[in-house]
Amino acid sequence: MAADLSAPALAQQQTAKLVLLGEQAAGKSSLVLRYVKGQFFDYQASTVGAAFLTKTIPELNIKFEIWDTAGQERYHSLAPMYYRGAAAAIIVYDITSTDSFNRAKAWVRELQRQGSPNMIMALAGNKADLESARAVATEEAQAYANEAGLFFLETSAKTAANVNELFAEIARKLPKAEAAPRQPQGGIVLDSAPAQAPKKSACCA
Amino acid sequence: MDEEYDAIVLGTGLKECIISGLLSVKGLKVLHMDRNDYYGGESASLNLKQLWEKFRPGQQPPPSLGASRDYNVDMVPKFMMANGQLVKTLIYTDVTKYLEFKAVDGSYVLNKGKVYKTPVTPNEALASPLMGMIEKFRARGFFSFVEAYDVRDPATHKGLDLRRMTMGELYTYYNLDAQTVDFIGHAIALHRDDKYLGEPALPTVNKIKLYHDSLTRYEGLTSPYIYPRYGLGELPQAFARLSAVYGGTYMLNKADAEVVYDESGAAVGVSSAGETARCKFVVGDASYFPAKTRVAARVVRAVCFLSHPVPNTNNAHSVQIILPQKQIGRHSDMYVFCCSYAHNVAANNKWLAFVSTTVETANPEAELAPGLALLGHIDEKFVTVSDVHAPLDDGSRDKCYISTGYDPTTHFETTVEDVLSLYRRITGEVPDLDSKNPRLAEPPAE
Ligand SMILES: Nc1nc2c(ncn2[C@@H]2O[C@H](COP(=O)(O)OP(=O)(O)OP(=O)(O)O)[C@@H](O)[C@H]2O)c(=O)[nH]1
Ligand SMILES: [Mg+2]
Repeated sequence: MAADLSAPALAQQQTAKLVLLGEQAAGKSSLVLRYVKGQFFDYQASTVGAAFLTKTIPELNIKFEIWDTAGQERYHSLAPMYYRGAAAAIIVYDITSTDSFNRAKAWVRELQRQGSPNMIMALAGNKADLESARAVATEEAQAYANEAGLFFLETSAKTAANVNELFAEIARKLPKAEAAPRQPQGGIVLDSAPAQAPKKSACCA
Repeated sequence: MDEEYDAIVLGTGLKECIISGLLSVKGLKVLHMDRNDYYGGESASLNLKQLWEKFRPGQQPPPSLGASRDYNVDMVPKFMMANGQLVKTLIYTDVTKYLEFKAVDGSYVLNKGKVYKTPVTPNEALASPLMGMIEKFRARGFFSFVEAYDVRDPATHKGLDLRRMTMGELYTYYNLDAQTVDFIGHAIALHRDDKYLGEPALPTVNKIKLYHDSLTRYEGLTSPYIYPRYGLGELPQAFARLSAVYGGTYMLNKADAEVVYDESGAAVGVSSAGETARCKFVVGDASYFPAKTRVAARVVRAVCFLSHPVPNTNNAHSVQIILPQKQIGRHSDMYVFCCSYAHNVAANNKWLAFVSTTVETANPEAELAPGLALLGHIDEKFVTVSDVHAPLDDGSRDKCYISTGYDPTTHFETTVEDVLSLYRRITGEVPDLDSKNPRLAEPPAE
């Protein structure tokens, strides 16, 4: 992807933390992978390794910091740090599983209770390519989303249908005014730049 | 849960979460459990509701304090040295990306009943009202020597062998008076008592250098300390996430988790709700290993809610004040920490102040008086006395690698040392924290 080459001056760039939630195997990691890298794997391993990706949308001057659950939600052990300060959340369910839809509703309730009040929430009915195995009707999910005040799309990480649209719509919904307060005032970025001590020469292979 | 793991970690305190993260990154299969339904164990940060539930069950926090969720009250207050081992661990593991830090405004020391900014650089020594004119020049000489000192470069040693010479002798060499020695040893080198005076000078010189290097580590620091937004409770959560990202399995709310031993007394698993997860070894805090630890010390801490900054600290939003033992007629130092809504740990216009020290008498609460006296009006106060447990064994025999409790030091140096010691006993390796973990060569973003 060439997006990073055209990224404009960083000064004005808005960083937005975006978290994904949803039942195991609903397709959270696949959606992120499709969106950020344009890839899809039929046998996507349960999230291990890369659970933190970034993606810049140059036109809107937004940089998404995308957090994936790292499987901590499996035994209801997700840390509150996960959604702390998140500007947006995508709650994912699998259209072929009623259980996953119910779990999505539970996440929405949890976020409404714990998350920041102006967090943008999107509901994604994933695996829309599996129409023949559908268990959750589009109308039902749409009605629920309207009632709960969520933005709703059916997506497919496999065919890429509505994936870009999902993230783009979230980017558009981000209040521009949020840019300033989200910046940590006086924040320090911890990096590995040497203080002043000379670099030790690496000794061993 | 009936599965086989390499390691089972019990308790999600900071030490356990760092170990869990390091082991998972190393490729070990880790199961991490906690009896509580929240992360952090003893090192969690609590909101008002949780705090009242714990210490004043049945009562409600006064509405004047503001919203419960705006509070993150540390149970083990500490600051991070900007160039210290914990920061190095965060960089080594790339966990920094999950956290946001802000500088701590000031570092102060009590002298003859008054609070002074701690001088550390040669120039600060010259400007400090803590010392008389002649003493200032001596102190400047001392700080210039320490600043320039490099173990590997004999030209900076001025003919002094700091491995042989005691710290007391080095002070004498620079003719420093007792008051100066007191603040250097306690407010800069952060020793808790005076044993170090008779020990080789090098470790103390390194501690002074750490303080100095921390102060100059990031631009604009006015103290050597930094502190995470939303409180220290974020740290264990961030390392737990690292562990999970590398395949670690997390289970909270396992109230009945219990270590299972074989006939020889070696740990072979952990049971909960009738199921047993097996493993090669168990790591955890003392509370999961009854009869395998001893009480090494007792610490008394007060958490105080204020509606103003700590007096005489230049209206600091965050500050540390050290009360050296001799200044208050004790055997161990006392520490005051303060942070505020500026670090997102309290509601708007509220400050949290902590006073802590090692227990020396039968009336620990009364011991805190000199620290509490520095705070001005206190809206609410909680006092806790906790035992610091230390393991009886090193884990090689019983396969139980037990962390030591959190001592009253002001920072995380001893915390990380304990973690590294556990890691070395478990794996036989010592990570080089000055590098980046080679196993974390993550695919670049985008
Ligand atoms: N047909 C189809 N399969 C999908 C789609 N999205 C994901 N999958 C498959 O569903 C399985 C689970 O996808 P993941 O992306 O790993 O799901 P997850 O929500 O990240 O799962 P955990 O990380 O285990 O919580 C994988 O085998 C994917 O290939 C989709 O849109 N259509
Ligand atoms: Mg996943």
